[in-house]
Amino acid sequence: MRRRSVLTGLGAGAALIGARISARAASPMDLSPLLPEGTRAEAIMDALPGKQPLIKLAFRPPNYETPIDAFAEAITPNDRFFVRYHLAGIPDIADLEKAWSVKIGGDAANKPLEVSLDELQRQFPVVEVEAVNQCSGCRRGLFSPHVPGVQWGYGAMGSAVWRGVRLKDVLARAGVRAGAVEVAFGGADGPVMEGTPDFAKSLPLEKAMDESTIIAFAMNGAKLPHLNGLPIRLIVPGWTGTYWMKHLNEINILSKPFDGFWMQKSYRIPKGMFPVDLPFTTQAEEKTVPITEMVVNSVIGNVPDGSRQPAAGFTIQGVAWDRGHGIKQVEVSTDGGANWKPASLREDHGKYAFRAWRFETGKLQPGAATVMARATSNAGETQAAQLKPNPAGYQNNVPQKIAITLA
Amino acid sequence: MKPLLLASLLLLAAPALADESSIELKPGAGLEQVQAGCSGCHSLDYIQMNSVFLTHDGWKAEVNKMRQAYGAPIDQPMADEIIQYLSAQYGVPPKS
Repeated sequence: MRRRSVLTGLGAGAALIGARISARAASPMDLSPLLPEGTRAEAIMDALPGKQPLIKLAFRPPNYETPIDAFAEAITPNDRFFVRYHLAGIPDIADLEKAWSVKIGGDAANKPLEVSLDELQRQFPVVEVEAVNQCSGCRRGLFSPHVPGVQWGYGAMGSAVWRGVRLKDVLARAGVRAGAVEVAFGGADGPVMEGTPDFAKSLPLEKAMDESTIIAFAMNGAKLPHLNGLPIRLIVPGWTGTYWMKHLNEINILSKPFDGFWMQKSYRIPKGMFPVDLPFTTQAEEKTVPITEMVVNSVIGNVPDGSRQPAAGFTIQGVAWDRGHGIKQVEVSTDGGANWKPASLREDHGKYAFRAWRFETGKLQPGAATVMARATSNAGETQAAQLKPNPAGYQNNVPQKIAITLA
Repeated sequence: MKPLLLASLLLLAAPALADESSIELKPGAGLEQVQAGCSGCHSLDYIQMNSVFLTHDGWKAEVNKMRQAYGAPIDQPMADEIIQYLSAQYGVPPKS
């Protein structure tokens, strides 16, 4: 990490927290009954600066998830997009809006250089990709038995149109030497204790060189929100959010696997448990591999748990996504999974984006009912019927079960 | 530790912050050690969020992870008191 912003950012961060407007009662929380009771007790609706009220799970570092009603549509608005930090040293806006540059180096770079934000925007082809950014730990809080960590519900994710430049174009300017195996990334945020490993990640060279892997400076047509990576962040479509480095200021092209804590000791899953197209071989160990590609998944956005719905019929809306093959089908059940009917897929926003869908229930029997949805990707993968336990609580794609009363 | 960093930590750990001050942990032996040892890096709502499902050994593993992997400034006697507090107030009771 290049530390210039972090120390000054601490004091400013505290001021920023003090200025926050709490909005506990601004909008109802729809918390899953599967969350730990302690999570349900401490979570509140709270508005970070520049954001609508989100579900506060932890104040510092800020971990706030998007309320589930945002997932009835394909695009997640910037001011409702979830916030996730590992470490509390977050630069303030003034530091991030100063002249920005990213250093590109590493032992497998031909000519290390520094590229300013202005140069990024003017000297490289500008591209757009619409893609889902989902935290690896999304739905960790719904694990049974529970596992420690941020107890996320359904909302540690969002999908946006990201505008920026291809990482591979920027890497080419530094010159990628034969023998390069990984590209590592650092951001301006960091730890508050000297003994805490700075947050840094790496990608296999092949993913770094992918056409869709970009350095973004805009999100849904606006600059990146402060707490979503201002002024630039990495976009790694199909892969979980841990690789989407915020406040990007350092890129290193490496001839050896990156040995950072956040690659080798955390964000790991049992080898072979989940499907991938591109194995991260340089970071594989005997029993574990880094979490990389997302699993196929869906969420129902407009039917709150415990709500009353008209037995005469209503519309169920949600989104589905996967690791980049695109969504082939979404099915809905209104009887707890006994019978499934196909939903209508709405406009296709691309293979890495949310695919919005809707389902008209038709007339239903009054009384208690359980609503579910499950998605199938173009790779033929379907959401898991049973949770696949893993120590860190990743890749939970068990269909929601929403209890409603029909009247 | 750098003086500037220390000053910042004290600022962050102060209980006067607007919303963090709303966090209320259960009273009990070891609470002061928890406040002193844990709040330098993170708000204490992390504790309530991760409850109630960890056993004494589960909390011990978390505290050891904070010390060994993340460099929390907690010595062994302090760690013992923190683990005792967390398992007594936010842990799964031992099976009798």
